[in-house]
Amino acid sequence: MNELLLGLADDELVIGWRDSEWTGIAPMLEEDVAFSSIAQNEIGHARAVYELLSDDADALAFDRDPTEYRCAPLVQLHLLDWAHTIARRWLYEVADEIRIGALMDEVPVAAKINREEAYHRMHAEMWHERLKAEPRFRDAVAELWPYALGVLQPEQRAELAARVGLDEVAAVERGTFDDSFAPLHDEMTMVRRSAPAGAQW
Amino acid sequence: MVTAEEVWAALEEIPDPEIPVVSLVDLGVIRSVDVSDGRVRVAFTPTFLGCPALEFMKRAIEERVPEAEVEVVQDDSWSTDKITAAGREKLRAAGFAPPAPRLVQIQSQVHRCPYCGSPETRLENLFGPTPCRSLRYCESCRQPFEQFKTI
Repeated sequence: MNELLLGLADDELVIGWRDSEWTGIAPMLEEDVAFSSIAQNEIGHARAVYELLSDDADALAFDRDPTEYRCAPLVQLHLLDWAHTIARRWLYEVADEIRIGALMDEVPVAAKINREEAYHRMHAEMWHERLKAEPRFRDAVAELWPYALGVLQPEQRAELAARVGLDEVAAVERGTFDDSFAPLHDEMTMVRRSAPAGAQW
Repeated sequence: MVTAEEVWAALEEIPDPEIPVVSLVDLGVIRSVDVSDGRVRVAFTPTFLGCPALEFMKRAIEERVPEAEVEVVQDDSWSTDKITAAGREKLRAAGFAPPAPRLVQIQSQVHRCPYCGSPETRLENLFGPTPCRSLRYCESCRQPFEQFKTI
């Protein structure tokens, strides 16, 4: 169970970080606000779950080696293209709904996370409705599909395939790291590493 | 030794850091106040998990009621249905459309303008200046307004 929760927290932290990369440069002001707000929520969820696992959430979030993270490769990818970014948001939210739904009975904070995720799902679904017929979006979904499967436990993947409307294929599993993850980790941990002992914020 | 009533009264005076027209009590985030065995315990539930106001709220309670031990309860006990009737009215008066009760919201999908009461409003953005707010526009009185999200 702790392994599952650590994967959830790492996913939320890293996708929060990646989504926040659109702050200030999203193609529309509305999306700038939306991505910043979603990123803030996701990082808040990561913190709540790290706090379940450790007395020092910051240490758990930032003091591990990059290879010790349990985040799915889907969230690690450094995406510079809006079609891919939206495809990831949509795939991630559909997968996350399945995962959170399975945790809600046992983990009270998962039910709280679920209330907030409802708005992320509405946002992702709005974009999916708008773009689903566009070849560029469909190509992005197809490319990210093996990564999306890797967010879930093997027994949950059939449900994801049914919801997304694609066939199950070999997943890109947790424990594999995209080349862009080490530089991201370096950036995420920069402030903590550079802070003098005893620093407070 | 303070009484529980005095602690509640003190908490009534702590404004929400981001929407100061409502107090922490109006917002429904104070789950319990327990004064017994020479200790004062305040249980407090977060609104949105990523809300940066949480730390401020916790600190404000500790400053206003220095003898209190503040326990943050990370469960699913808070929803916007916990906002009191008085809190909803204060939100409306300040131009924030208060969150509808969950059941009503899910069934009706109607969002009323806090200024003129019209249901003829449209969504501008699900997300707004803080995690708890959406942006809407009233077609009747042509005012943009902030909608407190129902969660």
